[in-house]
Amino acid sequence: MTAAPMTADPGTPVRIGVLALQGAFREHLETLAGIGVQGVPVRLPRDLAGIAGLILPGGESTTIRRLIARWELRGPLLDFAASGAPMFGTCAGLIVLAREIAGGEEPILPLMDVTVRRNAFGRQLDSFETDLAVPVLGDPPVHGVFIRAPVIERVGADVEVLARLDDGRVVAVRERNLLGTAFHPELAGETRFHRLIATMAAEHQERAEGSGHRQQPTRRGGAAGSSSAA
Amino acid sequence: MTETSTWATKKGLAQMLKGGVIMDVVTPEQARIAEDAGAVAVMALERVPSDIRAAGGVARMSDPSMIEGIMATVSIPVMAKARIGHFVEAQVLQALGVDYIDESEVLTPADEVNHIDKHAFPVPFVCGCRNLGEALRRINEGAAMMRTKGEAGTGNVVEAVRQLRDVLAAIRRLQGMREDELFVAAKELQAPYELVRQIAAEGKLPVVNFVAGGISTPSDAALVMQLGAEGVFVGSGIFKSEDPARMANAIVQATTHFDDARIIAEVSKGLGAPMRGIAMESIPESERFAVRGW
Repeated sequence: MTAAPMTADPGTPVRIGVLALQGAFREHLETLAGIGVQGVPVRLPRDLAGIAGLILPGGESTTIRRLIARWELRGPLLDFAASGAPMFGTCAGLIVLAREIAGGEEPILPLMDVTVRRNAFGRQLDSFETDLAVPVLGDPPVHGVFIRAPVIERVGADVEVLARLDDGRVVAVRERNLLGTAFHPELAGETRFHRLIATMAAEHQERAEGSGHRQQPTRRGGAAGSSSAA
Repeated sequence: MTETSTWATKKGLAQMLKGGVIMDVVTPEQARIAEDAGAVAVMALERVPSDIRAAGGVARMSDPSMIEGIMATVSIPVMAKARIGHFVEAQVLQALGVDYIDESEVLTPADEVNHIDKHAFPVPFVCGCRNLGEALRRINEGAAMMRTKGEAGTGNVVEAVRQLRDVLAAIRRLQGMREDELFVAAKELQAPYELVRQIAAEGKLPVVNFVAGGISTPSDAALVMQLGAEGVFVGSGIFKSEDPARMANAIVQATTHFDDARIIAEVSKGLGAPMRGIAMESIPESERFAVRGW
């Protein structure tokens, strides 16, 4: 096992939340434990206290949307993103983060400047596995498990494309503190995305502790203003 | 290499449904209500189990046009039931493109000896079980998701609780055994030794395990979740209650917040009457669904 990413102050280990409303949250908690990072299930706004990053797992986005609304998590999650804390969405989690959902559904937490299409490959019979080159993670390729997966149809000017399928469709992206994949690294024993968000969380925590207050805001989407990419 | 319908994608879809509620629906309108209430998937069938129980006769796969109508209405996964051993009903459901097939004891079995060879199908299957031996036999046949059977259509959670406790207690017993005791354990469970050894080592089933059959209130759902279920199927409990949309939503909330009694109390307020239940003693052995399948 490799050492966990450390913060400047070894007395404050990084804790990463995993949105635990519905879906494959336990797999993410186990993946974090496997790289020596403490994961914390998040079900209510108060659970966001004391965490330096958040993973939004796969599941059913229609269900997660309703649970976010019912327990008034939307505002606190937007504030969390605005503080600069990293957020990583897989599959349904990517849909939760997207500023636009193709087909006219309302966005859930309009944060990331991308348009995603739900169930873009079809129904369950079209679910698949494939190897993907992800240059920022280096070798070997990432083994992607795609389950009734979405695809990213449009990326904003500030969005970095991290991975594409052979046919060119975008399946992994990063925008500042936000990371999203259409596939499930947590189902394939893939830890590099989790290490990446742990490193981003450690840097965020270090900045926050160093300055004594939150900084580096990421723009909020929706009504808060759409100072869009140029 | 790109490969579709792998074991990882079959059991992976069930992993995405965890912590959620799968609801029986008989019309596209009910499917819409279920989706709006936060269901993670719907089970399309012609009659809910309590009506199947009341009607008697032979219960079969539903009309394909009804299943297609539901598939066209909702964006969440759609499951449908085939009779135990009826691999042609399964072929038909797969041809329709359903997301999961339930080889279900709620329908009248088509084969009294053999279950469907589920490895032969690209579409994933969920199967019922009453105990660990049944679960492992179904997994060996290719089931990518399990559910304890409970006793469908009764509104009575007692069988669901007993079966879930049985499965989990049997797993704990395996974990406490010496390697050389697992051979006899496999014989007694009537289950493949390799699966028994894997479960003794890992302490859990190799696929997701939900609970079905008798869940009819938010507290019922939270009860089985606290006992170790990974999600719930609710059949008659929703559309046989007084206010299905509210009941559906409350059961979804209680399944997420299963360990927070204050939230369960809040969502349980003013739901109207749950379905009328049936005491187990009043159901003769020959009319119980859970004894179907072996």
